[in-house]
Amino acid sequence: MTAKTINLTLKVWRQGRGEPIGRLETCRAENISKDMSFLEMIDVVNEQLTKDHQEPIAFDHDCREGICGMCGAVVNGRPHGHERETTLCQLHMRHFSDGDTIVIEPWRARAFPVIKDLVVDRSALDQIIQAGGYISVNTGGAPDANSLPIPKDTADAAFVPAACIGCGACVAACPNASAMLFVGAKVSQLSLLPQGRPEAAKRVSSMVRKMDELGFGNCSNETECEAECPKGISIIQIARMNREFFKARFS
Amino acid sequence: MSWFYDTIRTSIGKKLLMALTGLCFCLFLIIHLIGNLTLYGGQELFESYVKHLHALGPLIRVAETGLLTLAIIHVSTGCFLVWQNWMARPVRYQVNKNAGGRTIGSWTMPYTGFIILIFVAIHLSNFHFIDHDRQTVFQAMTATFTFLPYVIFYTLAVVVVAVHVSHGFWSLFQTLGANHPKYMPAIRGLGILFSLLVAAGFGFIPAFVGFIMN
Ligand code: FES
Repeated sequence: MTAKTINLTLKVWRQGRGEPIGRLETCRAENISKDMSFLEMIDVVNEQLTKDHQEPIAFDHDCREGICGMCGAVVNGRPHGHERETTLCQLHMRHFSDGDTIVIEPWRARAFPVIKDLVVDRSALDQIIQAGGYISVNTGGAPDANSLPIPKDTADAAFVPAACIGCGACVAACPNASAMLFVGAKVSQLSLLPQGRPEAAKRVSSMVRKMDELGFGNCSNETECEAECPKGISIIQIARMNREFFKARFS
Repeated sequence: MSWFYDTIRTSIGKKLLMALTGLCFCLFLIIHLIGNLTLYGGQELFESYVKHLHALGPLIRVAETGLLTLAIIHVSTGCFLVWQNWMARPVRYQVNKNAGGRTIGSWTMPYTGFIILIFVAIHLSNFHFIDHDRQTVFQAMTATFTFLPYVIFYTLAVVVVAVHVSHGFWSLFQTLGANHPKYMPAIRGLGILFSLLVAAGFGFIPAFVGFIMN
């Protein structure tokens, strides 16, 4: 039987509030159960740090079941770690071996300033949504369920980009720190459904303009985003957004 | 016209500029390659191709001006994008690892682009900006391709073009919105095939001229 616990060396990005730049600091993670998630491992480390009267590592998390999009850090150069279609909270320590050295860094982008340690400010993504990632329903009560028929295929197609949890891993993974996969997913999801059509042109124009304004990079089709997306969203959504954008601008 | 400027100023607009100008260059490469294939038919065939091409007169001037305009747009937009993308991540990662999305073609785009620019300048000065009354293109070519360092440079440059195209070709379809699960694998395959054709078609010219014709 293989051992149930492992010992690791962590190199964690530490950056205090208001500090312009941080540094990698080394600490030990001892007796880590292989059944723990990555975040639980950091919890254990933090408890030890607290006992040792040191500042615990700040990191973002909420649901811890891969659906909220709060968690995320770059683990050994890979956003959310090396497992495909897995959020950091769902990454388990059984994917690491005893004696491993793990480098943990925050998402890096000009549009995502570091707040503290591994916590970054992702409100830029919220601002993009505020620019048009919604439908306007100004009147009336809830409509009857079947008053607006939507074929199953269409609903399914819209659900694929709707799986985006807005974690920002696409931005972190992109060599250009571009948010195109996020915006592509949001634009696609709404443009595929009849409720989203009336505002489709305005939406794509203003969301793209907002994205540019916030200092994200430009997409050069490196396709690292789709490889790292914990929800497996493909660059097909970016192509659809481009079509929507051309339709909106050239008509 | 402000709507047009507004559109091409956006990140997708700039991407569109790169894709459309890139598409034109791909078409140019095909025409250039077909023309050069006459070389493999011997000196006479090649010289008659050059004669017919030059006989087009004003049309050639139009094409040249067009190509120059495309080049200016492609290069300046490209430079601007590289700069913006660099600015978008002021603090870099300590550990960089790819998830398998990037290819040699995709991550070297700015560098291969820069090398191609220099190559095109040298290439034009060797074959285009010469005194065509004193020297035919064929003579200029045989003379240049006897100089070994240039042959090596030329061959490497052709490989660099192929690497650039290997990402550029499929990428332009993606940018234009033509990504469909049914057709994308074919487009990707076609891109690889196209870049191999470019590498082989142009790349064997010096060897052919140097060893077989002489
Ligand atoms: S904590 Fe909610 S997705 Fe990871």
